[in-house]
Amino acid sequence: MTDVLAVTDHRRGDLRDVSYEIITAGRELADETGGDLHLAVISGTVDDFADKLNRDGVDAIHTVSHGEEFNHDVYTQAITQLYDDLAPQYVLTPNSVNGLDYAPAVANQLDLPVVTDTIDLETDGETLVATREMYGGKVETTNELEGEAVVTIRSAEWPQAEGTGDASIEAFDADIDEDAIGSTVSGFEEVGGGDVDISEAELLVSIGRGIEEEENLDLIRDLADALGATLSSSRPIVDNGWLPKNRQVGQSGKVVTPDVYIAIGISGAVQHVAGMKGSDTIVAINTDPNAPIMDIADYAIVDDLFDVVPELIDEFEG
Amino acid sequence: MKILVTVKEVSTVEDEFEIEGTEIADQYLGADLNEWDDYAIEEAVQLQEDGIADEVVTVTIGPEECEQTIRQALAKGADRAVRVWDDSLEGVDLLDVNAKTEILSAVIEAEDPDLVLSGVQAGDDSFAATGVSVAENLGFQWGAVVNHLEHDLEEGVASVRRELEGGVEELTELELPAVLTIQTGINEPRYASLRGIRQAQRKELDVKALADIGVDESTIESELDLTAMYEPESESDATFWEGSADETASELGELLRDKGVAQ
Repeated sequence: MTDVLAVTDHRRGDLRDVSYEIITAGRELADETGGDLHLAVISGTVDDFADKLNRDGVDAIHTVSHGEEFNHDVYTQAITQLYDDLAPQYVLTPNSVNGLDYAPAVANQLDLPVVTDTIDLETDGETLVATREMYGGKVETTNELEGEAVVTIRSAEWPQAEGTGDASIEAFDADIDEDAIGSTVSGFEEVGGGDVDISEAELLVSIGRGIEEEENLDLIRDLADALGATLSSSRPIVDNGWLPKNRQVGQSGKVVTPDVYIAIGISGAVQHVAGMKGSDTIVAINTDPNAPIMDIADYAIVDDLFDVVPELIDEFEG
Repeated sequence: MKILVTVKEVSTVEDEFEIEGTEIADQYLGADLNEWDDYAIEEAVQLQEDGIADEVVTVTIGPEECEQTIRQALAKGADRAVRVWDDSLEGVDLLDVNAKTEILSAVIEAEDPDLVLSGVQAGDDSFAATGVSVAENLGFQWGAVVNHLEHDLEEGVASVRRELEGGVEELTELELPAVLTIQTGINEPRYASLRGIRQAQRKELDVKALADIGVDESTIESELDLTAMYEPESESDATFWEGSADETASELGELLRDKGVAQ
C-alpha cells in the first residue's frame, strides 16, 4: 500500500493551481499500489479550501487551522505530525517558493530523502522512480530511491483534478509549538508596477541572455519602436538591471498572453515558459535549434539575432 | 558577525553534447562558479564592506580541481575558504541533499557563523533544497528564495524579502542565526579585480576530509540513485524559416502583418 500525503498551496485567500495538480500526481502514485490519498490544508480559511479541494480521487482532507498565511515553521510542524499520524509512504509538496521553504526541513526532521522538482513519478510500492531535469533542462534523469520520501512536484506537469469527491474532511489537532516559530511574515508587496503593463500588450518583443551586452539592448528597443511592440525580457536581463522588474515575463514576473510573442535570444527555461506559453503565436529567434523554446514555438528562425533583427527593423522602417 | 557562504563549482554543458551512461561526456563539460552562489558571495562581501560582517568564510564540497572556482570567491572578497573532499565521494554520480546537509552542517557547526548564505539552487543538479535542510538540521532559522536582505545586528534579526511567484514578494523577519538561500537579482555580483585575484592566492584555503570534520562515511551515503540520463525528446512542431537573415526577417514581417500586430 502506498499512501500519499499531499500538501496544498494557497496565498492571500486563494488556492494555487498546483493544489489541484498535486491531487492528480498524488492519486496516480497512490493508485499504483492501491493506497489512499490524503491532503493537508494548513492555515488560512481551511474549511473553505477543503470544500474546494474535495475533488475526485481524494480520500481524506486534513485541515490545520493556524494563522492566515504561510509560515514555514507552522507547516513543518503540522506536516511532520501528520506524517507521524498517517504514516504515508510519500509526502508530496509543490515545488513552489513556499514548498521549497519547508519540504527540505520536513525531510530532514523525518530523516527521509528529499527529491525536488520532479516531472514524473512511478512507484511499485517499494521503489520510487522520479524523473527530473538537470543542467537547466538540457537533460532528463531518472532517479530511484527506496522506502519513504519527501517529493516536490513541478507546477503544470500534471493536469488539475476535477469532479466532486467524497473525501472525509477532518480538523487535525496539530500541536504547534509557538516558541519554535522563529520567523514572522509581516506582509506582501506587488513588485514592478511601473508605467507599462506588459500583460496588456498585443505584440511583445522579448529579449534574453542572447543579447550579451547592455548596449545591444538599443537594437531591440529600435525593433520594438519599428514594430510598435512592447519590450519585455526573461529573468537574466532584469537581474542585470538592464530592464526594470515590470518587464519580466515568467514565473516570478508577469504572465503574458499577447497575440504574438517574439522570443529573441531566449533559451526557454521552464520558469520563463510558465509566463508566456499562453501567447497566441510564439516566434523564436535563437542560434540553438535544440533550445527548449523551440518546443513551444510556432515559428522559429535559427540564426544570429544580430543578423536577423537589423533586417527586420529595415523591413518596417525602410 | 561572521558570515559563511556555501560555494559550489557546477558543471556547465555545451549546446551540443553526448551522454555516456548517466553522465555527460567529459569533453562537453565546463566548470563554473554556481550563478546563485555568486550572488550569495556578493551579498556577504557587501555586508563586510558596510562594516556589518567581520569575516566571510566560504565552504565548498569538491575535489582539488575546484580550487580555481574557490579562488574566484576569495578574489571577490571572501576572507578564507574551507574545502571538504574525501576519497569516498569520488565517483558518486549525484550527492543527495542529505549527504550535503551532513557535510555542510559539520563545517558550519565548527565555524559557528551568525548567518549562512547559500545560492537558491545549483545550476547543474538543481535541487534547491540544501540550504533549508542544513538550517533545520542545525536548529537555525531560514528563508528560501531571498531577493532582499536588511540586517539589524543589535536585535539579531534579518528582514528579508522572499520572491514568490507572479511578481509578489513576502516580507519576513527571521531570528539569527539563520540560513538564507539567495536568489539572483538581489545585487550585482562584481568581477574580481586583478588586485583581488593576486590577494586570493595568499588567502587560506583549508582542505578537510570527512574524518577531520567528524562525519562518518556511512552517514553520507546517497539515498538517491541516478539511474538514467537522456536528452528530452523534442516536441517541437514549429515551422522553421530557412534562408538568409533578410529572407527569414521577411517571413516574420509577413506573419506580423498578417496577424495585424505590426504595420
